[in-house]
Formats: sequence, structure tokens, C-alpha cells
Amino acid sequence: MSTVVLLALTGLGVGALYYLVAAGLSLIFGLMDVVNFAHGALLTGGAYAAWWLAGRLARWGVGGFVLAVLFGAAVGLVLATVVETMLIRPLYQRRQGQLLVTVGLSLALPALATGIWGADPRTSTPPAGLGGTVRVLGAAVPADRFVLIGAAGVVVLALWLFLARTRYGLIVRAGVEDRAMVGALGIDVRRAFTLVFALGGALAGVGGALANLYYGEVDPGQGTSLLIFAFVVVVVGGMRPTTGVVLAAAVIGLVQQFADYYLASGLGDLSLVVVLAAVLLRPDRLVTRTTV
Amino acid sequence: MTALLEVADVRVRIAGSAILHGIGFEVPDTGVTALLGRNGVGKTTTVRAVLGLVPCTGRITLAGRDVTGWPTHRIVREGVGYAPEDRGVFTGLTVAENLALAERIPGDADYDTVFALFPELRARSAQRAGTLSGGQQQMVAVARTLLNRNRLVIADEPTKGLAPKVVGEVTDVLARIAERVPLLLVEQNLAVVRRLARHAVVLSAGRVVHTGPVAELVADQDRTRALLGVGGAP
Repeated sequence: MSTVVLLALTGLGVGALYYLVAAGLSLIFGLMDVVNFAHGALLTGGAYAAWWLAGRLARWGVGGFVLAVLFGAAVGLVLATVVETMLIRPLYQRRQGQLLVTVGLSLALPALATGIWGADPRTSTPPAGLGGTVRVLGAAVPADRFVLIGAAGVVVLALWLFLARTRYGLIVRAGVEDRAMVGALGIDVRRAFTLVFALGGALAGVGGALANLYYGEVDPGQGTSLLIFAFVVVVVGGMRPTTGVVLAAAVIGLVQQFADYYLASGLGDLSLVVVLAAVLLRPDRLVTRTTV
Repeated sequence: MTALLEVADVRVRIAGSAILHGIGFEVPDTGVTALLGRNGVGKTTTVRAVLGLVPCTGRITLAGRDVTGWPTHRIVREGVGYAPEDRGVFTGLTVAENLALAERIPGDADYDTVFALFPELRARSAQRAGTLSGGQQQMVAVARTLLNRNRLVIADEPTKGLAPKVVGEVTDVLARIAERVPLLLVEQNLAVVRRLARHAVVLSAGRVVHTGPVAELVADQDRTRALLGVGGAP
């Protein structure tokens, strides 16, 4: 029983991490129709920024860690804004150009991180209070799982409020359906694009900062690895960072953990191929209609 | 009577094919101007070019300002309401959200006029637009053009695909709109054109082949049949 509890909470924790990465990716793809291969690089930027500040604020405990996460989000936001305004915006009508730029960034930014901090992983020590375990139904569950799940819960709620209760959220929801018509109502869709890209970058930064907590280290390839799972989540869950993506992230995290434990170590990743095959056979996806 | 919208030597190419070959016409600052022609002659492309939804060359002037090459949202903010051919309703949003999205100055939208013309939309404000009938979706599309103070309203085939009774209702609404604001009406239904429009611009194969009063055009049955593929008077 305790093993199942540990696997379930770890799966949900990993799923929460995937959600944090996939949420921004799905927002960007849904509104802007841009497959942002640079999203993992933004995550790496946020991860290193958070790791850097967390090291300097270690004596502040959990408060310092929270500030480091916010700093990671800010770095992700700034990087994304610069990328969108300077590199993506001129290429909205050129999908091939977008692909080249985002793939190029996905290679360049991790290479830059390697140049600055080296290729070896840097240890990320959790603050006192987040490094221990919590007993749940007999299982000793690492506390970071609850941090991940809590953070994802906050992001789900914040995104729901943004999409359902704000004018920009309304523009994003309409833009996912018909961007041209949004412009034909007198709305500057490019501003919404910049906002969404920046928001996606901030979420990637948060994901990177919390990935440090889960993995206990940061390395230049971390963003690229997580991006693959985030893509799977978006393909399965849909183009809005709400119900579908939440469920997809949770299912993928759980399948991965249980397959790794009960089948063979490493089969967790392979099991995702089964999930993708199921989606291909059921093109209506995991959730046929997501609502905000 | 002066020209509100002037289109001069406008050319559009889409995917390498020339769709408009240097068209030119004017929309006066009162009444209804009908943009007519058979299917595929370039009527919708013309209004999309006016709105900056497709790239074009030539010159488009709105109320004396050259808006050629402007982004769509800027042209619309100059005071152009647009009800597109496919209605452009956001099916995943509610009726109220579809209307709210069209508010150019939030808080300054004329909901009184909208709900006076379309009381049904008030009752259905919480309903998802995708579940509305074609006629009700057309009401949403037209209502969005009424929320703001526009200099010009462009309605692209507003009666297309509607039941005859609903066509009559939409035509009544368009007539009332035309009392307030000039209307550029793309329409295939000659009865609607006869009732609403004073001035006609006829396109054929991406060129303007006729401009003049609607009454003169429909009085000449042979010409009407040749240009539009339908009979004119009586």
C-alpha cells in the first residue's frame, strides 16, 4: 500500500512538473500556432537563474527558495519577451522561419549555459523544510512532491482566472478559435501574442526552478528533456492549459512512475508511446472538449 | 455626397494567383452600397483587402486617410464594423463574451441599441455561441458592428444560408442600421439588394465591370442576368 501511495504521489508530482512546462507551451501553440522548441531553453534559463539566487539566499530557508522561484519566473518572462518581440514577431507568416529560430534557440541557450556553468550538473540543495519527507498512509513521501502539486494547483487556478475572468484571457480564448477575426474586431492580436509568450516563458521559468527541487540538480539539458514530455502532454491534452492538459499531465506522470516500478526501470518513458498511440487511435484526445 | 471609402487600383494576389486586377470604386458617406457579382469574382477578397486581412497594392482611403497596408485592428479602430461571410462568431464563447470582445472602448458600448434590435441576444447572453442557430449567429455578427460608433459597416453576405423568414428579419435590421451608418453590403440575394441599396458596384473576374444606381441595374434584366446570373426587374 505504501508503495502505491509513494508512486501515486510521485507520479502526480512529476505530472505537476510536466503541467508547469506544458501549460505555457499549450498557451503559445493554441493562440499563436507557434511550436515553440525554445520553451525548454527558457526553462533552462529559469532553472539556472533560480539555482543561482537560491544559492545566495540559502540562509533565508523557504522564503529564499520562493524568491528564487519567482526570480526564475522573471528570467523566463524576460527571455520570452525578448525572443517574441525580436525573433518570432517578424516570422509570424513564416512557419519554417519560426521552426529554425526556436530550434536554434533550443540549441544555443543550453550551449550558452554549458559555456558559463559547464556541462556537469550543479547540485541544488533544497531549503530546510522542503528537503525531508512527509508520512502519508505509511509511505514516506518526499516533501518536494507536495510543493510541485501545490505549485501546479496555484498555476491552474491562476490560469483559469486569467482565461475566464480577464479581457486578455477572453482575447486568448477567441484567438485560439480565429485570430484574424479577433483583429477584425479592432484588437491588436500581436500584444496578446507577446503577453502569452511572456506568460509561457514565466511558467517555463517556474517549471525550471521547481525541476531543480525535484531533481536536486540543474544541468544544461534539463529543459530539453522536460520539453519532450511537455510536448506529449500537449498532444494528448489539447491546446488550452486547462482540464485536458491537467489530466494529461497527471496521467502521463502516473503511467511513467508505475511502469518504471512495476515493469522495468526505464519502461516509464516507453509507456508514453502507448499513451500517444492511444491518442492517435482516438483523435478526439483524452478530453474532447475543454472548457474554461 | 462625398466618398467615405475610396478603393483605387487595388490588386490582390493569393498563392501566386491574381484575384483582384486593379479594382476601383467609392462608397458614399450615406446609404447602402451593394458589392455584387457571381460566386468567386472577388467580392469577399475585396472587403478583406479593405480591412487589411489580405495584402494588397493600390490605395485604400477611409474618410480621407490612406489606410493601405495598415494592420486590420487599426483600420477597424478608424471606425469600421465588419460582419464576415462566415459570421466570424467565436463558437466556444458565450453570446455575452462575443459581444464583450467587440467593445472597442470597454464601458462605452451601445448595448441598448443591440438589445432593442435583438432582444433574443439578451435572453441568450449566457449561451455558447456554437449552439445558436445560423440566424442567431448572424444576429451576433451584426450586433457586434452596432456596439461601437462606426463610420462604415461592412456586411459580407449576411443573408447567406438563412431561412426566408430570417432573411426578412436580417434585412429589416440592416435597413435600420443603414439609417445610422453607411453600409457596404456584399450580397447575392437581389431582392435584399433591391430593398436596401441605392448604389451598386459589380465585379466580374476580379475587375469592376459596372457601377451605378441599383435601380438602373435591375431595370435592365439582360444586363443583370449577364453580370449576376439572376434576373432583375420586375
